[in-house]
Amino acid sequence: MNRDTRINWINRLILPVLNVLTAFAATAIIFVIIGVDPIEAAEILLYGAFGYQEGLGYTLYYATNFIFTGLAVAVAFNAGLFNIGGEGQAYIGGLGTALIIFAIDPNTSAWIFIPASILGGLLFGALWALVPAYLQAYRGSHIVITTIMFNFLASSLMVYMLVNVLREPGNMSPESQLFPQNSWFPFIHDLSTNFGFVMEESPLNVSLFVALFFAVIVWILIWHTRLGYSLRATGLNSEAAIYAGIKPKRIILITMCISGALAGLVGINELVGYQHRIIMDFHFGYGFGGIAVALMGRNHPIGIIIAALLFGVLYQGGAELAFELSNISRDIVVVMQGLIILFCGALQYMYKPWVINALAPIQKES
Amino acid sequence: MKYTLLGKVIKQSGLLLVAGSMLLGVTTLQAEIKPAVVYDTAGKFDKSFNEAVFRNGVLKFKADTGIRVTEIEPTNSTQREQSLKKLAKRGHGPIVAVGFSMASAIESAAKAYPDTHFTIIDMVVGLPNVQSVVFKEHEGSFLVGVLAAMKSETGVVGFVGGMDIPLIRRFACGYEQGAKYQNNNIEILQNMTGSTGAAWNNPTKGGELTRSQIEAGADVVYAAAGGTGIGVYQAAADLGKYAIGVDSNQNYMQPGTMLTSMVKRVGDASYNSWQAGLDGNWKAGFQALGLAEGGVDWALDEHNRELVTAAMEARVNDVKAKIIAGDITVHDYMSDNTCAAPQGINFSN
Repeated sequence: MNRDTRINWINRLILPVLNVLTAFAATAIIFVIIGVDPIEAAEILLYGAFGYQEGLGYTLYYATNFIFTGLAVAVAFNAGLFNIGGEGQAYIGGLGTALIIFAIDPNTSAWIFIPASILGGLLFGALWALVPAYLQAYRGSHIVITTIMFNFLASSLMVYMLVNVLREPGNMSPESQLFPQNSWFPFIHDLSTNFGFVMEESPLNVSLFVALFFAVIVWILIWHTRLGYSLRATGLNSEAAIYAGIKPKRIILITMCISGALAGLVGINELVGYQHRIIMDFHFGYGFGGIAVALMGRNHPIGIIIAALLFGVLYQGGAELAFELSNISRDIVVVMQGLIILFCGALQYMYKPWVINALAPIQKES
Repeated sequence: MKYTLLGKVIKQSGLLLVAGSMLLGVTTLQAEIKPAVVYDTAGKFDKSFNEAVFRNGVLKFKADTGIRVTEIEPTNSTQREQSLKKLAKRGHGPIVAVGFSMASAIESAAKAYPDTHFTIIDMVVGLPNVQSVVFKEHEGSFLVGVLAAMKSETGVVGFVGGMDIPLIRRFACGYEQGAKYQNNNIEILQNMTGSTGAAWNNPTKGGELTRSQIEAGADVVYAAAGGTGIGVYQAAADLGKYAIGVDSNQNYMQPGTMLTSMVKRVGDASYNSWQAGLDGNWKAGFQALGLAEGGVDWALDEHNRELVTAAMEARVNDVKAKIIAGDITVHDYMSDNTCAAPQGINFSN
């Protein structure tokens, strides 16, 4: 292996693994301080996340959300855009999904409902990202600022929609009525029963396959299409891209729409897959979590799937931990996520000089 | 030989059976319940609604019976249902769910585990294994409204609600009736903090609303807003005006400016559900706890003793007795979603 490929593998594999291990070590120290046996905690966490079918179902269910938002951030990142607005795009995408479902006749077949609800999420997510993209491309407003502001706008808009328009009469919670049953995505445990396997119930639904499908699409799009090439060229150097006949402004618009559309699919998993109604704050934390997932996954679909799984484990295993151990509160889970983001995001290249010295030293010419 | 062997086996297994059933009998006698509670997403230390369940329910039950109550604080809507089902699966019961937002989660968990006993507070879920406990907040609010009107020198009193839902309007409506019962010319300023769950935990905005109400002349402000109330009491204390707490007895939070608290005994309701589970007489169904049942009340303790004169105390207790006796009927906002002019109340004093 020559030095460049070694460095490539160090960046892609060894550093993320080291960073995650460091985060776990830091968590273990906190556990010791608050009087929890870290080995026992790790066992509970892993058992809760993988040890039984229901736990695994929840893990994959949470991971599905993170795949969508992770892909969204990664697409934008490959074009040099930092999309902080996954939170708002996911929220509005869910609104699009719900509006389309309520617009369709309840007796329509599931074969119409499924693509229509996916399209609703894609469309509304994309539209919500289009405005910041336009402002970035043609008016020079920085995308980080505008997308984060759009998160607040989304939140206010959804409060209005849920409280005044969609709320089911007589319900005190801001929730819509149930979606028509034909529109519900099948649960994996129901599907498996049809094939003769009995599985424990969990919220895991076919949205996981939708997420994996879009992971493949993103991979093809970015590395195997002309658009993907223009997108990466714009990300690497938008001035230079112009000389290759690429129009960076157009690329910004298109990229952000794709990014927003992907984030908009969170509602598919959460609402059509599990809650079966649109509720307040269903998107909460997944948009921002997606940034960490994309960072850890090095903006590559395979890395994102693995990182999303890790976050799914933290969500489900962390809940299990708070359930089993009375001296661990739900806030510990947030601390663990924070440590992972700290070591994988902010300090991602901390070990790089040492690892490169150890594994890929500069060869002296003999 | 064969027969005797067989006989022996039968005899022995019979003995085993007897011994087994005796053991079983003993264990059922000693069987302990595994009580549990699932808090609202606001968390158990909100100094108000959820904390009342913790302090007057969970801690008290543990102290009285030695039985630990398993507590869950869900972080998102998925986990509400997940934790209810997991508790049920592990054989917990009775399981108390705190707050109206748990309704859809309770509905699906109770259907999935029809043998588990669930209790929901502040909401009605009509299933054969669900006990729904609601409170007549309008009655308690009526009392503190009377007190507020007596204490007010400006003739203006305030109300700060949390999330704008019929339940909180019920508080406001009871308060308004009580204040007007005491002083027909009183002006009541009302503000809601927001229309989402975040409104339960926004002390900053609670403080701002209180300041603006005080600027508009109010000198007693009643908060029915969960954690948002902390900001209301602080603002009232800063400006030297009075505040009224809610759910828990919050008089201790700003001693000297907390006029009273409208106590809602959610802790007792949870305690009773577990106690009934322990005694084996837990019943599903619907309970509405008002002044007569001791479900709501006003709080008088060492922190507000000096603020409440003997005349005020006598007056409030007189009104309380009249409500319990049925001489005063407090209109319930949620019965028709309006706060119409109260019927049958004599405004003359």
